[in-house]
Amino acid sequence: MATKRVKFTFPQELIKEPVIYKLGVDFGIVTNIRRADIRDDMGWVVLELEGESEVVEDGLEWVTSTGVRVDPIAGDIIEG
Amino acid sequence: MPHVKCLQCRECKTEYPIEPLNACEFCFGPLEVAYDYNSVAKAVSRKSIESGPNTMWRYHDFLPVEKESAVDISTGFTPLIHAKNLGRKLGLDHLYIKNDSVNPTFSFKDRPVSVTATKALEFEFDVLACVSTGNLMGSVAAHGAKAGMETMVFYPADLEQGKIQGAAVYGPTMVAVEGTYDQANRFCSELADAYRWAFVNINMRPYYAEGSKTLGYEVSEQLGWKAPDHCLVPGASGELHTKIWKGIEEFEGAGLIEKAKTKMHLAQAEGCAPIVEAFETGNNQVKPVKPETIAKSLAIGNPAAGPYSLEVLRETGGTGVFAYEDSIIDGIRMLAETEGIFTETAGGVVISSLKRLVKQGKIKKDEVTVAFVTGNGLKTLEAMGDFVDPIETKPQMNTFQTKLSKRRD
Repeated sequence: MATKRVKFTFPQELIKEPVIYKLGVDFGIVTNIRRADIRDDMGWVVLELEGESEVVEDGLEWVTSTGVRVDPIAGDIIEG
Repeated sequence: MPHVKCLQCRECKTEYPIEPLNACEFCFGPLEVAYDYNSVAKAVSRKSIESGPNTMWRYHDFLPVEKESAVDISTGFTPLIHAKNLGRKLGLDHLYIKNDSVNPTFSFKDRPVSVTATKALEFEFDVLACVSTGNLMGSVAAHGAKAGMETMVFYPADLEQGKIQGAAVYGPTMVAVEGTYDQANRFCSELADAYRWAFVNINMRPYYAEGSKTLGYEVSEQLGWKAPDHCLVPGASGELHTKIWKGIEEFEGAGLIEKAKTKMHLAQAEGCAPIVEAFETGNNQVKPVKPETIAKSLAIGNPAAGPYSLEVLRETGGTGVFAYEDSIIDGIRMLAETEGIFTETAGGVVISSLKRLVKQGKIKKDEVTVAFVTGNGLKTLEAMGDFVDPIETKPQMNTFQTKLSKRRD
């Protein structure tokens, strides 16, 4: 089993999509939301994902394909 | 380290022991070092600081490490130059340039990395590591060499050769990571979980960030123990901006300077200005962007300290301003041609943004203004393009004189 801490950033058009719910139902990933801020024009959710390593990777790939941005919780760590 | 209390979550304020941690276990918010400021105030005075070394370590009482173990390559106490020529051009009588491009590896990154390398030894790490596209990798490699640590430098595989050599010379293990920027970003954050290494801007981030505070101390001391009216700081992750302000506030809290009324402005490049955009639209959230700027050292599309930088902008009455991409080189050249200081593209962003702030009436002629130049121009020569137009002459006096007269007409 693997756990991952990530931040999802939702563009306005995807705020209503049940992305996190589908990660649980379609991929069997356990999701645990720790902090979130959802506004009219955008939203972000910081959460922990738990599941088989490959399944978590597949799940994140699917989230990215929907247009939701996936980042490590520390944001961009590649500094100039 | 007598004045350090604990690590504390910036969001939910949960406290943690002094360990290599960067995120709160409850809300995953970032951790920051908390101090006993009464104890700091009792320990420091203007005199005690002035009698310290001519490096950033004269402020050791404000840093989360033991002074005796400092990994010091003579970083800091860089010149604060009264920029009379540039000031005249922009209409400012009291413009100062804080020239941090003269640090040992030619950028301000030596400040946070010096603190981190020191702390990494205290934590008994054997390996110092970072992921970078430029200034940070050189600084980590140099401090790793000085500390006698094994050093790992990760970078995107398509990085320019010049930048790689600037770090490789110090002898670290260089690791080129293939794939997109986002893949490399995520991979390196996972590495920090997988290995017991001191990753300077990941698990060591709370200590790393503290080094940048010394810029706030230095400027205040160099202005005669007085905070400036305006600071203009380049913005990447937003951390430098927040930490310079933290430094000024700490000096004020310790009674070393009067109450500061500094307006903390932030400069970003047009092609990567997520914090400025949030500031201009009145948002508290920073929308990530895909960087498309020549100012590579500022190209952070999802800035970790973005929300905190916005808080500082609003709390101090500062302005978020961006420099147009085609004005960045003009900014570099303007500083070079007036003050003899050759800065990298981030400095070009600052000077070009300064010009805009003055034009907008945000900075008045008689106000004390400090513009932060954080990296050396030789690091971004490729961005300068082909701007040199030499007089070409045969080795004959009359040919030269004719051509020179023509050029001067």
